[in-house]
Order: sequence, then C-alpha cells, then structure tokens
Amino acid sequence: MQPITVLHNLGVALAAANVDTDQLIPARFMKEPRSVGYGQFLLYDVRHDEHGTPDAEFILHRPKANNAEVMVSRRNFGAGSSREAAVYALVDYGFRCVVAPSFGDIFASNAVNNGLLPAVVEEEEAERLLAALGDAPADIYVDLEQQLIRVAEVQVSFSISPVWRTKLLNGWDDIDMTRQHAHTITEFAAHYSAQFPWTAAQPPESAIISKG
Amino acid sequence: MSTPTTLFDKVWQAHEVHRSDSGQSLLWIDRHFVHEGSFHAFNKLAERALPVARPDLTFGIADHYVPTLARDLAGVADPKVRSMIEQLSQNTQQHGVTLFGLDDPRQGIVHVLGPEQGLTQPGMVMVCGDSHTATHGAFGSIAFGIGASEVAHVLATQTLWQSKPKVMRITVEGQLAEGITAKDVALTWIARLGADGARGYAIEYAGEAIRSLSMEARLTLCNLSIEGGGRCGMIAPDQTTFDYLRERPWSPKGDAFDQACAYWSTLYSDPGASFDLEVTLHADEIAPTVTWGVSPEEALPIDRAVPDPEQLSDPAKARQARDSLAYMGLTPGQKLTDIKIDRVFIGSCTNARIEDLRAAAAILAGHKSRVPGMVSPGSTLVKTQAEAEGLDRIFIDAGLEWRHSGCSMCVGMNGDLVASGERCASTTNRNFKGRQGPGARTHLMSPPMVAAAAVSGRLADVRTLTAGSDSSVQASGAH
Repeated sequence: MQPITVLHNLGVALAAANVDTDQLIPARFMKEPRSVGYGQFLLYDVRHDEHGTPDAEFILHRPKANNAEVMVSRRNFGAGSSREAAVYALVDYGFRCVVAPSFGDIFASNAVNNGLLPAVVEEEEAERLLAALGDAPADIYVDLEQQLIRVAEVQVSFSISPVWRTKLLNGWDDIDMTRQHAHTITEFAAHYSAQFPWTAAQPPESAIISKG
Repeated sequence: MSTPTTLFDKVWQAHEVHRSDSGQSLLWIDRHFVHEGSFHAFNKLAERALPVARPDLTFGIADHYVPTLARDLAGVADPKVRSMIEQLSQNTQQHGVTLFGLDDPRQGIVHVLGPEQGLTQPGMVMVCGDSHTATHGAFGSIAFGIGASEVAHVLATQTLWQSKPKVMRITVEGQLAEGITAKDVALTWIARLGADGARGYAIEYAGEAIRSLSMEARLTLCNLSIEGGGRCGMIAPDQTTFDYLRERPWSPKGDAFDQACAYWSTLYSDPGASFDLEVTLHADEIAPTVTWGVSPEEALPIDRAVPDPEQLSDPAKARQARDSLAYMGLTPGQKLTDIKIDRVFIGSCTNARIEDLRAAAAILAGHKSRVPGMVSPGSTLVKTQAEAEGLDRIFIDAGLEWRHSGCSMCVGMNGDLVASGERCASTTNRNFKGRQGPGARTHLMSPPMVAAAAVSGRLADVRTLTAGSDSSVQASGAH
C-alpha cells in the first residue's frame, strides 16, 4: 500500500451530509471486477441523470476535477453498507483523503485498509474548508505527520486514531502484521476451544434442517 | 470482588488474542459468514496464495444476488448476477467451506439463517462483510460488519484487529403497546440520537420492554444498530434466548448445551457496571414510526407531518430537510398519512422472519392491497413455515407477489427494483437515495405498518385500522 505523508494537490467540496456508501457506489456496479476501475462508478447516480447524462454543474465534472486527491464533505460520510467498493470508487478515481466531521465506522476502517486517509475535523472547520474550496477544484494541502489541512488562508487540524496514522504513514498491511503473531493465535485457539468447547461448529448429525 | 463488568467487556475479553502496544486488540472470531459480495476478499486471498485458516468456522450463504422468482440459476438473465452466485459456490468449494446455496432448503438471508440454524450463539464474536451483521448481537454476541480487506484478514487468520469501542446502554422502560414493534423502537432512538448518534459505540439494549421482546423482535432491534451508527448492538441472553437455541441444527446438544447454557447465563452487565453513555426511553413515548426522508434519522410518529424547512432554526437541519423533501417529492408540512404510495415490500434481514409475516398477514387478511407489492421471506424455512400456516394465501389473495427468499428489493442487487420516482412502503433498513433502485423513494416502517399502508394506499396508522376489530394484531414487537 502506498504510504501517505503529505498531499499537495487539488481538493473538491462535496457539500452534503450523510453521503452514504449506496451513494458513493450504487449496488448495481458491485458485480464488476475491480480491474475495470471503480472510479467511473463514484457517486454515479448523484452526478448523472436517469438517462446517464452527466450533470455538468457537479463538482467532479468541473475542469481538472480528475486530478483531485482530497474530498471535503459534511457529517456521517460513508455511513451505511459495509461495501468496500465505496472506497475502491474513491481510490480508483484518484482520491487519497476524505475530510469530514464524522465517518461511518466501517467505511473508515475500509479507507485505512486501502490507503485512503479519513481525516476528522470539527463541524465548523469543515464548513470553513468547504467555503474556501468553493464550487471548483482548488489547491489543498494535507499533512498527515502534522495532522493539518490548508486551503488558501484557512488552516485546520484534523484527528485520526494513532494506530491508523501509523498504518497510513508506513503503508502497512494487516495480514502481514498478523501473521507474525501466528504462534500466539495457535496457542490462543487451543486454549479457547478447551474453555468453550461448544463454540466448535458441530454439523448436524441427521437431516434436521430446522427446529420442529 | 471483581470490578462490575459490562456484557460487552465480558465477551470482548474472552476473545482477546493479543493487545498491541498501541492498544489495538487482535480478536478471535467464532463465526464468519461470507456471501456473493465476498469475492473481492477471496481474490485477495488468491493473490497471496493463502488458504482459509478455519473453513470449519466459515459459512457461505447465497443471499444478496439470488433470484426470488425461481430457484433456478439458469433462469437468471443477467450473466454478471449469475456469475456472482457461481463464484461463491466455487470459492467455498475450493476452500472446504460449508455453503447454504441457492438450491439449499436452508437457504436464506445470512442474518436470518445464522440464528435459525443455531450458528449464532451467545458470547461469540461474529463477523460478515455486511453491515447488518449487528443482528446477531440479539443473542448476546459481539457481531459487526466488516469490509472486504477485513474479510480477507479473517479468512487468512480467523482473527481481526479492532480498537475497543465505547459502550452505551439504551434502556427502554415499560411495556410496548399493541401495534408497537421493535422497528418502532429502533426508528425512535435513531431519530432522537441521529444516524451517527451511536458512532464509536457498542450498544447494549436493556430494560423491561427489551426483556419482553421475542428473539425475532430482538434480531430486528439489533439489526438496525448500524443505522444509528453503532458498531454493534447486543442484548443479554436469557431464557427466551436459551429456549430459542435448544435443538437448533448447529446448537450444542445434550450435556454440551447445558454446559454452554451455564456459561451463557453469566453474560450480562453486572450491577454497577459503568457505561460511557446511558440513554433511556419510555415505551409509552414510542408510536408507530415511519421515515419521511433519505436517512433513517428522518423518522417521525405516523400521526405527525413532515417538517417545514422554513420552520427549522438550525440552518444545517433546514438544508438537509429541503434536500430530503425534494428527493422524496414531498411538500413541507404535509401530513404523513396523506402520503400516497405506489408499492409495498415486505422482506429483508430486518423484518422478514415468521413473526413479521404473521403480523403483516394479520392486517392484510380479508383485504386487498391498493398497490402492487412483493413479499420475500427471510429464509426458505420461513417461507415453508409461512406456507404451512397459510400466510402465503393471505398475501396472494391481497394481490401481493409471494417470492423466494433473498435480500431482494432491500438492495436490488438481484434486479428486484423500485422504479424511479415510485414510492415504496418497505420493511427494510435503509431509505437512502437510490437504495431500492435509482430514483426510488423509500419509507421505512414495521411489517404491520406496511400492511396498513397497502390496504390504505397511503401511509396509515395501523392502530386506527385495528381499533374495534375482533382480530387481535400480533405485532412483531411484543409477545
């Protein structure tokens, strides 16, 4: 995974609350293999009309929006469905960071697992950033070491869990980290199954398929 | 004396394999459910040439993409949908994982099937790549939804890194009145605290009203925890739980059941255990509740009117209400019971268990639905049971379609969609923009309220329909 230290590129304002993962990627696109590139599906129904015609006014259809790396939005970003495809859509589009006053828990974990920084700011600070970005892609600077974001004269600090910060700064992957604990896991599993033997999944003996 | 401990902490502590210097815990996973959408995770495993660490604790379920008109894969028109179901079969077969596939008589929605089969048990940590995994917490387990990278991690290691959430308790005092269901309890607290009101928290539901809920109703309540932002929702196991679990196919048997029961009986929050947040509701404050907007927090008692943004003092709330009303095609200040509907849907992991179908059928019996609609039972076994009770006839006679089990119109992945601009009264869990199809307008409510809307052709108060009627309504919330 590509580490993040500093992002200095274009940012876009998505001035809406509750941008849920169903909006980030509508369900019908999720049967596509990742290799097709999920960026084309990002916010598809928000930025197209029912005939698939792009809304020219929408922020992602403004000049240079293809180069945006940072999205600033309102509270409860990424709520709802656990679909990691929502993060794939953002990452494949080119985003490296989303800034919002709050994130859906599962979305935030998924983001970090894909090298996308979920930066939490105070609600007023989000409004200041949204105002500074305006309705066209604009310069934005995000520093993960210092935990700060700058747009023109507006500078705000953001929070992120120290564990996630370390993971993103180093581009670490959980599976590799966990496999270093393989021995501890094996020991735990043996102890656990002795203490809670009924948790072993015992297949039904006969053809009983339901409780009478 | 040991320190008073919460239910959540007891279960968490029993599963902590390792704690890192940074404070993250590596948790042991008792049950891992995978579905068609888990193909990304299996692909990640393949990229690393890793096996599934514990296929015996992993279960595959075909639910998200399955057709509901027939159980025949060849009849699925969209080759991409067919391929999703086939990939699950291939991946589970390759890794020796038990599959509850399309043609299995036990097939169902993962969060209906797990409890029904006795795979879900108290004191477990359970995960699935689906946000409604919180459902299983109804048994006193820690159960939560995860993303594809985490699914791959669990497949590879049977563990998961987690930061311990804060714990909140939602207490519902008193007894729910007739016609008031677990769905109404959930929509009420979410409307009060907000769709992110429980973000960062594990929720324990407690109080007299909760203790009186059936297992089915508890599953509905815990299912909706994520709609208020909760990491998971749980209810301490009790006799209702133990009675439900006895003799289920995968439940422990004989002495093992008694041994398990003895342990399960210790799973409750000790008196004096401290919570990071306490919220109390009174059962008599809870009315039949419906959503009017595009977030589950935009919910109101059925006898109210949709908000008028001009009357809202908070500019952020006014902005959100304006946007929601525009999408939903509603007039500011319009009475909820004046909202005409185009369609109904009874189904989903939230509200398609046998009690839900009984509650809806009790209202529909002898009536015609004024709008088209569909009923998709939560599992094939629920479908069989409902047919044995003659519920299918009631739905069919009312003019509704009686379908097979699957996620169906809750998420539309299999092609069961609400048309653009159509308004659907739905027993599902999300009224997000486009959730039931591009441009679809969803109003969430309980199964009896959907039935009341069907016979009225508009949103309706189930209490006014049943008042004075001889047949008592078996609401799914209380027994």
